[in-house]
Amino acid sequence: MHSASYYLELLLSGITVGSLYALIAIGYTMVYGILRLINFAHGDIFMMAGFFMVYLSASMSPVVAIPIVLILTVLLGTTIERVAYKPLRSAPRMSVMISAIGVSYLLENLATYITGGLAKAYPVIPFLKKTFTVGQMTIKTITVITPVLTIFLVVALVSFISRTKTGMAMRAVSKDFDTARLMGIRVNDVISYTFVIGSFLAGVGSILYFTNYGQVSPLIGAMPGLKAFVAAVFGGIGSIPGAVLGAYLIGICESFIKSNDSIAIFSNAFTFVLLIVVLLFKPNGMFGEKDNEKV
Amino acid sequence: MRNTKKRDWILTLILIAIVTVFLVYVDKNMHYSMLASVIQKAAIYSLLAVSMNLLNGFTGLFSLGQAGFMLVGAYTYAILTIPMKQRVNVYQYFDGGLLKFTVPVVVGILAAGLVAVIFAWLVGKPCLKLKSDYLAIATLGFAEIIRAIVQWDKLGPITNSSNILKKFPTFHSILWPVVISAFCIFLIILLINSSYGRAFKAIREDEIAAEAMGINLAKTKMQAFLTSAFFAGVGGAMLAMFQSSVQAKSFTSAMTYEILLIVVIGGIGSVTGSVIGSFLYIACSEWWLRFLDDSQTYLHINIPFMRGGFRMVVFSVIIMLIVLFYRQGIMGTKEFSWQGILNAFQRFKREKAGVDNG
Repeated sequence: MHSASYYLELLLSGITVGSLYALIAIGYTMVYGILRLINFAHGDIFMMAGFFMVYLSASMSPVVAIPIVLILTVLLGTTIERVAYKPLRSAPRMSVMISAIGVSYLLENLATYITGGLAKAYPVIPFLKKTFTVGQMTIKTITVITPVLTIFLVVALVSFISRTKTGMAMRAVSKDFDTARLMGIRVNDVISYTFVIGSFLAGVGSILYFTNYGQVSPLIGAMPGLKAFVAAVFGGIGSIPGAVLGAYLIGICESFIKSNDSIAIFSNAFTFVLLIVVLLFKPNGMFGEKDNEKV
Repeated sequence: MRNTKKRDWILTLILIAIVTVFLVYVDKNMHYSMLASVIQKAAIYSLLAVSMNLLNGFTGLFSLGQAGFMLVGAYTYAILTIPMKQRVNVYQYFDGGLLKFTVPVVVGILAAGLVAVIFAWLVGKPCLKLKSDYLAIATLGFAEIIRAIVQWDKLGPITNSSNILKKFPTFHSILWPVVISAFCIFLIILLINSSYGRAFKAIREDEIAAEAMGINLAKTKMQAFLTSAFFAGVGGAMLAMFQSSVQAKSFTSAMTYEILLIVVIGGIGSVTGSVIGSFLYIACSEWWLRFLDDSQTYLHINIPFMRGGFRMVVFSVIIMLIVLFYRQGIMGTKEFSWQGILNAFQRFKREKAGVDNG
């Protein structure tokens, strides 16, 4: 039997991972809510943000690099939207999804080319790496900062969406694309804002995730990306609190599964089992809006 | 009308004869060349792409489970056909494995398809009800689940856990993969042109209208899903034979994406498009664009950006260009026909004559 602090540690690490999934999941859920598009490239934007940090910190201190990384990530996200998704606005949904898969393929190959396919050590950000002790446990600062920062960002985002005019526009566009346009909402601008927010959060997530993980490699984005998407589906696509809750659930379960050697190999598969179960019993997720199929 | 049919048959037979002679020549004289390897791999990918096209292009079900079914097929074939003498060697950590019999190659390939069908039924039962993108993500998830199950060490005596499976019978001649793929694709074409195929297309065009016409949605979707999985399983078995070893970790979602992109390049909803697409894709990625990976010197100037991995970057940019600006792919939803070729030829001649006169 393990001590209580062992389980507490597992729980904490689950919460950390869950927070990171939450940050990525918001990007998925918002884009899906508005464009009805699974942005397969989102996980790779997260990976690219990791590499921005690796290459920038070679020539400047991490504190200066962080804002630049975030700006570059946002630029990358919005550029992808402009180049790869906007021209396909009136195309069938399958085409847009294929375009997203193409972008993901391109980013992964680009990263492989630039790095030579090797994992790169992630720079140490001093104030995130500090540790302190509570009782018998040694806790990293990052384990505390991650959930606090995540919750703060989520609260900020939710109030942005419910209080501001842009947020209202976003809600309108996600309800009905065409009507929103008739109401004088600049739909393309709203979509761009969505990608700005999503990429920004993916950038923040990448700094926290890779500081925790220690290294970045070209294919690392795909799996956290898919898990974050599952979190978004679990919570009900389009619902931000739902996505966050789903992310925490997946993060914590994963942490416990990984700790047990005989089933550790199922840590990724578990997420998808959860997905299929949710889709079977609650196709709209835990907090999703009901939508009626129209002829 | 009758004459053109006869003419098409003759032209087709001539084409088959030429291709056979060519393949025999390649097989005899350059069995280990790049050309031979590209032909085999492209033939196998043709089948995989056509089977994916059957779902995505003809039935309108966006499924991303291809790699999962291929894995099931490859593993079934490998597990069943490894000769008894080699088992101790292959299953070295599991006392020679659990299975104490071997089956002939043909049975192995058929079993690969059938086991894939069983898995497809298990996945399809709950998932086929889902709408387009949820189906995509659920089937993608299924492929990941299968990959984890196969690598589970409790199943080691059967699947050899995450260790490699090898020493099973492989192709002796490059004719085999081409013949088997061609035969399977022929069966798929027959299916598409039958009343089943028309039901698939009706579902693609409009589910509600199809249902109103008396098509049983759940049943027909399941038929398409199972057929596609069967051929994906057979394709997986052939891929195992081609590579002469199998390991679960190579059947990632990237493999599904690769096949999806082949389908897109060839044209979603065109069988011949998928075949042309896979030959182009495999030839480019394995052979013609290889030079991009080596540093080149033209006119004494060394081009600095050409090094390992550059090929794939160029390749993915080309794919993006096709996806964005050439969405129909090579064939669109059209199929190859002799009449089409002749028409194009005549148009070309007429245009040339026009230019000469004017």
